[in-house]
Amino acid sequence: MLICNQMVVDQIQIHDEDDATDLLFRALADPIRRDILRRAHEGRLSVSALAREHPISVTAMQKHVAVLERAELVSKHRVGRESIVQTETDALDRARSALDRLEADWRDRIERMEQILETDKGDN
Amino acid sequence: MPVTDVRKDFDALTMTITAEFEADAERLWELWADPRQLERWWSPPSHSSTFVEHELTPGARTTYFMTGPDGEKHHGRWLVEEVERPHRLHMTDDVVDDEGKPEDGGPTGMTVTIAEADGTATMSIETHFADRVSMEQTIEIGFEQGMTEMVNQVDPLLGAAKA
Repeated sequence: MLICNQMVVDQIQIHDEDDATDLLFRALADPIRRDILRRAHEGRLSVSALAREHPISVTAMQKHVAVLERAELVSKHRVGRESIVQTETDALDRARSALDRLEADWRDRIERMEQILETDKGDN
Repeated sequence: MPVTDVRKDFDALTMTITAEFEADAERLWELWADPRQLERWWSPPSHSSTFVEHELTPGARTTYFMTGPDGEKHHGRWLVEEVERPHRLHMTDDVVDDEGKPEDGGPTGMTVTIAEADGTATMSIETHFADRVSMEQTIEIGFEQGMTEMVNQVDPLLGAAKA
């Protein structure tokens, strides 16, 4: 999972004709980049901090982050000398995803309530 | 499907879900009142819930934790505010750290209303985020779970393809 191949990074080429889906799948098709998405959702880690999590150089990490940026999966902003990486979502999307998640959680809970009522009825 | 209605207000940050059950109001109330029954439905099948303290009395604190597949624990705490057996229950839900101290962000409110007619009981659950901070917490927990789940599914597929 953490083994990196410098050549793989160097071989990454993004062509103008690639559509968004291609960019997305290409971005996700690498274990290091999937690990960056896992780590960057809180927006606290810099490119160099992310590089320290893997046996790769800061330059190699910059290339990985650039691939994720083109797929619009992460954004970068500067804090002092550091470049902070954050998984990309806008405010409305976040409100939507919070309420969607609550809905999904409660639908599941209601289904489990239903099952409990059924099971207990059977026991009587 | 027992769910009959879902309403979401993106400005007020509320979500209300309504479901019908073939049961009486008292039976539905027991799903909330009895900690052993709560443990059977509160967490997803991947996790187990343990309700340490739980009593539906105004001012009472509920403490619980969920244990994940890797043994990690997520702690939660409710404050029971209004109790009108078997029709209405209002509580607030705090995300707390390992030592039981509340994390940043106001508590999420939960209001349960139960009505009964002709052998069918209707339960509505309204959840209300106190502020954007508590909403963000919910998303982060959810996002992390969702992303981990997705990534874990993708990992072996791509690993196998490469081999």
